[in-house]
Amino acid sequence: MIKSLDPRVTRENIEENNLIAPLTPMDNWETYEVFHQKKRGDQHMHVGIVHAPNPEMALLFGKEQYGRRSITANIWVVKTANVFASEYDDADMFETTPEKQYREAGGYKVMDKINKYKKANKA
Amino acid sequence: MYGNAYIDPNEKANAMIAGEDPIKLAEFEARIARGEKIEPKDWMPKEYRKQLIRMIEQHGHSEIIGALPEGTWITRAPGFKRKMALMAKVQDEVGHAQLLYSAAETLGKSREDMTNDLITGKSKYSNVFNYPAFTWADACIIAWLIDAGAIINQVANAKGSYGPYCRALDRICTEESFHLKYGHDNVVTLATGTPIQRQMVQEALTRWWPPIMHFFGPSDKISQHSEILMRWKVKMASNDDMRQQFLNMYVPKIWDLGLVLPDPKLKLNEETKKWEYTEPDWDEFKRVINGGGPCNAERLAVRRMAEERGRWVRKALYNATEKYVTPLA
Ligand SMILES: [Fe+2]
Ligand SMILES: [Fe+2]
Repeated sequence: MIKSLDPRVTRENIEENNLIAPLTPMDNWETYEVFHQKKRGDQHMHVGIVHAPNPEMALLFGKEQYGRRSITANIWVVKTANVFASEYDDADMFETTPEKQYREAGGYKVMDKINKYKKANKA
Repeated sequence: MYGNAYIDPNEKANAMIAGEDPIKLAEFEARIARGEKIEPKDWMPKEYRKQLIRMIEQHGHSEIIGALPEGTWITRAPGFKRKMALMAKVQDEVGHAQLLYSAAETLGKSREDMTNDLITGKSKYSNVFNYPAFTWADACIIAWLIDAGAIINQVANAKGSYGPYCRALDRICTEESFHLKYGHDNVVTLATGTPIQRQMVQEALTRWWPPIMHFFGPSDKISQHSEILMRWKVKMASNDDMRQQFLNMYVPKIWDLGLVLPDPKLKLNEETKKWEYTEPDWDEFKRVINGGGPCNAERLAVRRMAEERGRWVRKALYNATEKYVTPLA
């Protein structure tokens, strides 16, 4: 029997070699990805996961794990299995090229034309 | 707390990169050298994965087991405010374990397997928790100085290369600052209190000093193994460097309170700016980490009991249509 400094532990009468059956897959359920919104108006941000047997408990665990110590307006949980993600190996598909200036604000320069026009029409 | 996973730095390590694709390895190392993070689905050397799983998992176990000596004191903490604060701290530590297990899980080891390896004694956890918290003052010394050591370790590891571990550590470090302040406040209260309170905190400090000196582990021997782990940003600082950093930050604060450390050799060498100390008893460290400490058996027996008694609830909630998918990040 375990004799502990903590009388509550001693009172449990725990055998020292209390071997138990090992955990089996899914004992800790599947995972949910948690998204946390700090305050109204902010984006929800991915903050991590929780293990839970259903969405309601995922919300509860999400609140304890990610909303306990920070300002929180709202939490979303999504089953990991329901998230489709791009591959880091395909990251080159996000690259942009200099000739795509047409889709950037900096690709439009009107001052040259305006100044030229003003100069020409001053006379 | 408690990220001082015990990686034996003296292991023969030439096999570390054997069989890896040299081109992929070069890309991987270049990414780390550029300061970029590695994410779960990236290619990584087998040994990188293995070492990280071991380190993060042990860190998670340390948080869980560390909650036991402190949790003991919740009901007996002096005053309502301290009970509430200690309860919040212990809840944080258990939450840290959740965050760390989640990070380790992204590397492919299931949470069930991690728990199995803890309760069978296959995985280690921080050696300091194999010692008991005899008095309230011991709980205060743990909250201040063991958490202080853990913060040094965690701040260093938060700059490592594995994205999920870094993100978990960032969250953890935010919470640790409360633990440290809370622990310091308690120690200062005792040290500036009645003669009996002073004596109590002095005795606790004397008891905890050897485990604290053990906390960062033995000196790393220079080896190819430790060099590679440093290059991969798995290991971020040598054990001795972290110990020096700890002594530098906390010995003056301890001496400020007029408390005595049980090491006559402890002093700052003004020339080298390094702390000198009596070499910790590493045989004792090995004896305790291998099961011979005063609380090893109790810690694991309590963890097994909790697992077993909670099992029916988890089974009852299980829904057979669930399918496990490795978390994304
Ligand atoms: Fe912690
Ligand atoms: Fe802590």
